[in-house]
Amino acid sequence: MIPELGHFALALACALSFAQAILPIYGAWRRDERLIAAAPGLACGQLLALGVSAFCLVWSNVVDDFSVLNVAENSNSLKPLLYKITGSWGNHEGSIILWALILALCGGAVAGFGRNLPGALRARVIGVLGASSAGFLLFSLLTSNPFTRLWPAPIDGRDMNPLLQDPGLAFHPPMLYAGYVGFAVPFAFAIAALLEGRVDASWGRWVRPWTLASWCLLTCGIALGSWWAYYELGWGGFWFWDPVENASLLPWLTGTALLHSAIVVEKREALKIWTVLLAIATFSLSLSGTFLVRSGILNSVHAFANDPARGVFILGLLGVVIGGSLLLFAIRAPALSAGGIFAPVSREGALVLNNVLLCSIAAVVITGTMYPLFSDLILHDKLSVGAPFFNATVIPLAVPVFAAMTIGPVMPWKRAALLPALLRIWWAALIAVMVGLIALTKAPVLPALAFGGAAWMIAGAAADIVERIRLFRLPAGNSMARLRGLPIAAFGAAIAHAGLGVTVAGIAGMSLARQQVVLVHPGEQIQAAGLTWALDSLTDRTGPNYNERVANIRVIRPGEPDLEMHPSRRAFTTQTVTTTEAAIHTTGFADIYAVLGEERDGAAVMRLHYNPMAPWIWLGGLVMAIGGGLSLADRRLRVGAPARKTVPLGVSA
Amino acid sequence: MNRRQVLLTAPLGVAALGGAAFWTMLRGMQRGTFDPRGVPSPITGQPVPHFDLPAQAPGQGFTSAELAQGKPVLLNFFASWCVPCVQEHPALLALAKSGMPIWAIAYKDPEDKAAQFIQRHGDPYQRIGRDTPGRVAIDFGLSGVPESFLVDGGGVVRWHWPGPLDASVIQDRLQPAWRALG
Repeated sequence: MIPELGHFALALACALSFAQAILPIYGAWRRDERLIAAAPGLACGQLLALGVSAFCLVWSNVVDDFSVLNVAENSNSLKPLLYKITGSWGNHEGSIILWALILALCGGAVAGFGRNLPGALRARVIGVLGASSAGFLLFSLLTSNPFTRLWPAPIDGRDMNPLLQDPGLAFHPPMLYAGYVGFAVPFAFAIAALLEGRVDASWGRWVRPWTLASWCLLTCGIALGSWWAYYELGWGGFWFWDPVENASLLPWLTGTALLHSAIVVEKREALKIWTVLLAIATFSLSLSGTFLVRSGILNSVHAFANDPARGVFILGLLGVVIGGSLLLFAIRAPALSAGGIFAPVSREGALVLNNVLLCSIAAVVITGTMYPLFSDLILHDKLSVGAPFFNATVIPLAVPVFAAMTIGPVMPWKRAALLPALLRIWWAALIAVMVGLIALTKAPVLPALAFGGAAWMIAGAAADIVERIRLFRLPAGNSMARLRGLPIAAFGAAIAHAGLGVTVAGIAGMSLARQQVVLVHPGEQIQAAGLTWALDSLTDRTGPNYNERVANIRVIRPGEPDLEMHPSRRAFTTQTVTTTEAAIHTTGFADIYAVLGEERDGAAVMRLHYNPMAPWIWLGGLVMAIGGGLSLADRRLRVGAPARKTVPLGVSA
Repeated sequence: MNRRQVLLTAPLGVAALGGAAFWTMLRGMQRGTFDPRGVPSPITGQPVPHFDLPAQAPGQGFTSAELAQGKPVLLNFFASWCVPCVQEHPALLALAKSGMPIWAIAYKDPEDKAAQFIQRHGDPYQRIGRDTPGRVAIDFGLSGVPESFLVDGGGVVRWHWPGPLDASVIQDRLQPAWRALG
């Protein structure tokens, strides 16, 4: 019964999304106030229907309704409750529902928070969101229905991939999807602006908070995914340039560019066309990334059920969304008025440089991800592009970003000179050089440079705030008064920039990581990765749906108590899969990381790592997201454009 | 169209090209002419290289000529030191039970270790040759172990899989290739 209700609610949501797509846009075009006023209601209705549908899916998972094909294939009665809930979106069908639900939430958020938007603009934005929803709900109903029944129902389910049974991964997809899908809102604003033929400062002001919110979620999502790969896959790495990872990095790069170019639109009414294009590109990359993975084209460890027939539908859908929006862009963008002019060396200039570099990085990553496919298709030549290509191309492009992101914020708008700006942050440069030199005594040149760069970003972020409050140049009281008057967004930006510095420091530290594979007998002591390890014993343990082999090891550190660690290998009973559970001890400045491998003649193969600075990689991601969140709390972003406030006309239905 | 309009149409052009390419790939995948996951072997479509391998206990060695005696054979490279080979082994046992002749080459493996491996995990093989120096593997262009080659009755390599044979590979790739040989 419940699955049928969910199926019906899904169909209802699909019908409502079509209404949400057509009525408000038609109304805005014909200036029909009644249809314009219907937009928020339709968006909320679709959200409600889809919410019910998603709830029914979760319910079917929780009560182990194995007559639902999706539950039978991905769940098992022995699975812990948390993973029964998170498992509802851990598979292809369920993840499409999650995706559509977040899209519907975006529509609901625009309906709820967008009261001060001009009615026609809001109607168009909600309409565009509805059109995207319609496509994906149709996709779900026609090709990936999560409520398909299975009869006779099996006694138990096939269980979820054990790698996915992990709290980190439970929250990774919703976070990542919220980030991806959140970019639908700037996209909808861009399309609405193209339909209206107008982009102005207030448009920039409306777009920015939505972009910022999605960017924060995407940053968290990527960091969470990378952290999961680090501790769950047990390879000891944090980024593998896997196509799916790249697919999440691309919208992050263009989204970061969008975040910065929207500032220029808001403050100076320049870069309008470019910003609209970036908004379209970011959402297009989000869509292509998540959906091309499912077509089986991209070769990746993140394999969803691959099905070329499904791929054709996806491609058609992407063609309509991306092709349609770019066609509209080609037709309407030339009509958008050009904006303010500025000198190459200025705050705008620095932001343009940021955009150019970030988009170049994105282009390089696309090239590296797609090249093997295209070379196979056109040249019939199989090859793979790996980490060396990405490291060699991304790092040289990232270095100028790091250099400029500290100088840019201290430059004035319109026209600036480089030298005075540099002189204002001389002490940040000094700190960077000192940190670099100290690092050089302990590390090779490249990591030392990276440590210097990280210090430059963190100190530069502080320098930005110090410069804004004229610390030490005005009396302390005046500086304090300026500090209190500073918009929260200024702190947000500084914190986010410092967060990137923290991540860079973490990555630089990771490049110094030491690892060793050793064969150890119980009771033996060995030296590996610069530490002394003792394997005390190997024991067996039983979990809810797995059996576990645990190594009880100690790290012996002079002058400190021994550190006990318990890496394990889990054999899952229903799916004949084993996973490695790495044991990680972090000191904040380094991770001690141990993985238990196979056993041979009474001895255990162990991989032992010492990863300096590793936690900083994800800490930096968190700091960036916190910075973004602070900016979001800025009063300026909550107040709409003061000049264009409209009173909605009373409409009687 | 002026320059500005051309410039603003460029993104559409890029997207259209990308879309067309993906369309071609998807069509190719449906027809089986394009496989983004496959790794080609230079030897596919070629006769097997010439070799004469000594026996690996408990089996009997074989030569390249014996591979070309009219019946198709699945040729499997394995080694006792290779973990994915252990994972693959149950699938090979099942295939052998279903009647597929499987011949094996023990790659860079001491004779006693390879024999122990088969004793411990079961013997799906009709013939087993020993390639301790790994020379034959070089002639086959082996990328690693396990790796399997489908050799037709004329001794020509028809299909190849670099990696362990699992349920989906067997169902979606090996079986169709096997049926195609008749």
